[in-house]
Amino acid sequence: MRHLRAEREPDSLPARTLFRDETKFAAGKIAAFQYLIVAVFVFLALGYWDLQVLNEEFYSEKAQQNQIKSLPILAPRGKILDRDGRVIVDNHESYRLILSRENLRPAHLRPIALGLNLDPGELEAKVRRYSKQPTYFAIPLKEELSLDELAFVEAFLGPSGFPELELIKSQYRIYPKGGLAAHLVGYVGEISDSELNSPDWAHHNPGDIIGKTGVERYYNEHLTGVDGQRQVRVDNRMNTREVLGIKEAVPGRDLQLTIDLDLQVVAELAMENRRGAVVALDPRSGEVLALVSHPSYDPNRFSSRITAREYASLVQDPYRPLFNRALQAQLAPGSTFKPIMALAALESGAIDDDFTVHCSGGATWYGRFFKCHRRGGHGTVNLKTAIAQSCDVFFYAVGNRLGIDTIAHYAELMGFGNRTGVDLPGEKEGVVPSTRWKIRTQREKWYAGETISVAIGQGALTVTPLQLAHAIGGLAMGGVFMRPHVVRPGKPEPPVRKADFNPENVRKVVDGMCAVVNGWGTASASRIPGIEMCGKTGTAQLASNDLLRLKNSSDWHDNAWFVGFAPPENPEIVVAVLWENGEHGDMAAPIARDVIKAYFDKKQRIERLGRQPASLASALLQPPDPARSVR
Amino acid sequence: MAAYRSIRNLDWVLLLVAIAIAGLGILQIYSATIDTAWRSAWWKQAVFLASGLLVMWITSRIDYHTLLGQAPVLYAASLALLVLTPLAGSLVWGSRRWIPVGFGFKFQPSEFVKLVLVLLIARYLAELKSDRLEGRDLWKLGLLVGIPCGLVAAQPDLGTALTYASIAVAGVFFGGIRWQHALLLGAAVIVLMPAGWFVLKDYQKARLETFLDPMKDPTGKGYQVIQSKIAVGAGGIWGRGVARGSQTQLRFLPVAHTDFIISAFAEEHGFVGILVVFGLYFLLLMQIVQNAQAAPDRAGMFICMGVCSLLLFHLLVNAGMAVGRMPVTGIPLPLMSYGGSSMLSVFMMLGLVNSVRLRRFAA
Repeated sequence: MRHLRAEREPDSLPARTLFRDETKFAAGKIAAFQYLIVAVFVFLALGYWDLQVLNEEFYSEKAQQNQIKSLPILAPRGKILDRDGRVIVDNHESYRLILSRENLRPAHLRPIALGLNLDPGELEAKVRRYSKQPTYFAIPLKEELSLDELAFVEAFLGPSGFPELELIKSQYRIYPKGGLAAHLVGYVGEISDSELNSPDWAHHNPGDIIGKTGVERYYNEHLTGVDGQRQVRVDNRMNTREVLGIKEAVPGRDLQLTIDLDLQVVAELAMENRRGAVVALDPRSGEVLALVSHPSYDPNRFSSRITAREYASLVQDPYRPLFNRALQAQLAPGSTFKPIMALAALESGAIDDDFTVHCSGGATWYGRFFKCHRRGGHGTVNLKTAIAQSCDVFFYAVGNRLGIDTIAHYAELMGFGNRTGVDLPGEKEGVVPSTRWKIRTQREKWYAGETISVAIGQGALTVTPLQLAHAIGGLAMGGVFMRPHVVRPGKPEPPVRKADFNPENVRKVVDGMCAVVNGWGTASASRIPGIEMCGKTGTAQLASNDLLRLKNSSDWHDNAWFVGFAPPENPEIVVAVLWENGEHGDMAAPIARDVIKAYFDKKQRIERLGRQPASLASALLQPPDPARSVR
Repeated sequence: MAAYRSIRNLDWVLLLVAIAIAGLGILQIYSATIDTAWRSAWWKQAVFLASGLLVMWITSRIDYHTLLGQAPVLYAASLALLVLTPLAGSLVWGSRRWIPVGFGFKFQPSEFVKLVLVLLIARYLAELKSDRLEGRDLWKLGLLVGIPCGLVAAQPDLGTALTYASIAVAGVFFGGIRWQHALLLGAAVIVLMPAGWFVLKDYQKARLETFLDPMKDPTGKGYQVIQSKIAVGAGGIWGRGVARGSQTQLRFLPVAHTDFIISAFAEEHGFVGILVVFGLYFLLLMQIVQNAQAAPDRAGMFICMGVCSLLLFHLLVNAGMAVGRMPVTGIPLPLMSYGGSSMLSVFMMLGLVNSVRLRRFAA
């Protein structure tokens, strides 16, 4: 310190002059700095002038909005009923924990996530996702709370804890026990990011519960209500001071299906422990009476609490429980295709009434030997015997006469190769091979030998169980094809296709199908006393890629099919059954028989009693344990 | 001569303006925390103000040349404290900036380093014979300021590190930087800026991004700025009155008694209130400039201008951030924001300025 003064010692000038001289060199800079200070103040004052004077109104309004808190009032989803008005899908009142974004403190996210056993990163990501939405959209956190989560909420709910937490009343979707009709009704879940970005869900908001599959999805707009809002003025402790307005929620509308729960239950029970599908239609109207896909899953798990691991185990299950086999399984129909071949042959004039074929257990076509399923052969068979006993050799000859493109024409007329247009999401179209199809898809020409396979429902031909029921129903109706539907349309629909089949030809094919069950046919064990059921069995080899996958397991067995209807004249019900790896078509026939029998039993009882009888279904439809409410 | 001993020679204008600003601060802290867990903060702040006045009195009694002589020792002690902070510091809001000192008080060493840097730079520049800085002077100054800058930036407290840089920039400006050097430094900063991006923590990057576009993340990082602007704007010309600011009172405005105190003040006292506060700050800074002009030697001038530019920088960044014209950096508004370390360090600096003033005839 001394040296600082020492520097000035030699200077003999008076003190005042000394410091003037010493600091003079900086005087200009200090003056310049004063301008800088003025500039900074002008810059800052302009910033406040801009907000406080020029834009006061805008920000006052914003501040006003900040004092108003809006809480959503969730609209309950419509119930789903069967054709007799029995409830299939119901709601259960519960509480939902939501995160009010108006009071959100970013620092609170982590402790909230930890307290509720949520992933903090996921919660933060969720909050970010909402950033483009108006702040009154709350973020749903949890629907059902465990005991420790409940304790957490009770400890921290309110202004002294986490003011952003709110419990609101909500409706919890409940489905019948054991995944009954799960593929039909579908399930609900929170709208996903990709759905939010898709135009289909344009008027939905984040956090909305929407139908993900099945009826829940197809009729989402019908079932969904309009959420309400409760606007309240809050004080600084987030206590409600005044209710400013309530916009009541508009509940979703109930939806009545064409499904008969009694038949559905019978079909479900018949398919228990089997893989496959059952579709029952009323061919006169296209009404779906029952629709089963097994294995199934419990849609209740999806409502809110399904974990990633649980979901993964469903997706990765080799038996694909989430796959709706009734509309999505595209498989070779096997011999169930033969009635279509028979009608095509008669209609196109490829064969006449006297046409017979001698079956010795196989035949050679285009240099290759094709076996019949009966090794010893059927002897000489005509059309009726060929259908009843499912003679392959007969249909090889028919197929050869028809040619692939004529077969394709009739198959398409029956509805194969196209969606039936059922009011359910995810329907597949199947494949009807033709020369054009092969060039388009494989850039190869059609070989006549392939026609021989298609003639018995093998080869590239694939159909869905729904298509099969639709096709055989239309055939039995003499060429009137109705669009399958699970909800009655507003007004009666015209047929989707009408084919001018010669009634004589139809009768001959139906006769053959009746002989399958009632005569000496392949499904004679499934005869129903008192009811004339007609049908056709099918045994279909698995597609080769499936075979590779299932090699070395017991799952390589053939698929068993059966399609049946009753009564032969003016049929009321048609049932298609697919039993994957069921080995032989006559194994699938009893399932259809049970459903058809239940249909007529019920009809008779209604006639006898003059009212709806007590049903098996109501006993099975006890709702799941409703003890999941928070308060 | 005992002229400096006369209490009349104190800069009474400076002192009264400082007390007025701090007084407004205490009122605002009272109003902003009236209904919260911090409701005793205004009382603590009043204690800090009283201690600040005492500290200012003591500092102004000490000859600033004595302090300049001790500057290297103080500097070494500062670095030691800054190294100690992350080890002994208490974790607040994710960073360690405070050292607990008992009785519930915490001490923030980085605040006091500002004062030490003002002294150190003043000493370095005063010792130079020339009124021109050579290249090696810049290197040395850069190193002296760079070390504490780095330590504080690592806490992480980028805002405070920038205040150190502002002292250095003012120092070399008044010390006489060659314009070629100034250009070179400016160019270097521009070149290094993109590289610096990678050094920044994620939240710091987010703050800068938010500054450019607050609506990008309105509930997260942009929340503070948006709510602050609403508070300021809603205040209008006349303000909503004490404890009547809905943004402040309903807790939409975060940290309304610390970093965003001016937003709370602007909401409750309006543009008129802001002009009063700015007027007080303007008076404060101009008074310091006047003391610089009247300083008995270069060292005194450098001290005054160092303090002045530091306070100006704080004001610019804090008040600018409240209206979205500056990025959000957690640096306090001098004398108004709640906090003992900041209050004491500002009063020490004002004491230094007074120490210079008291000795203006002393040579």
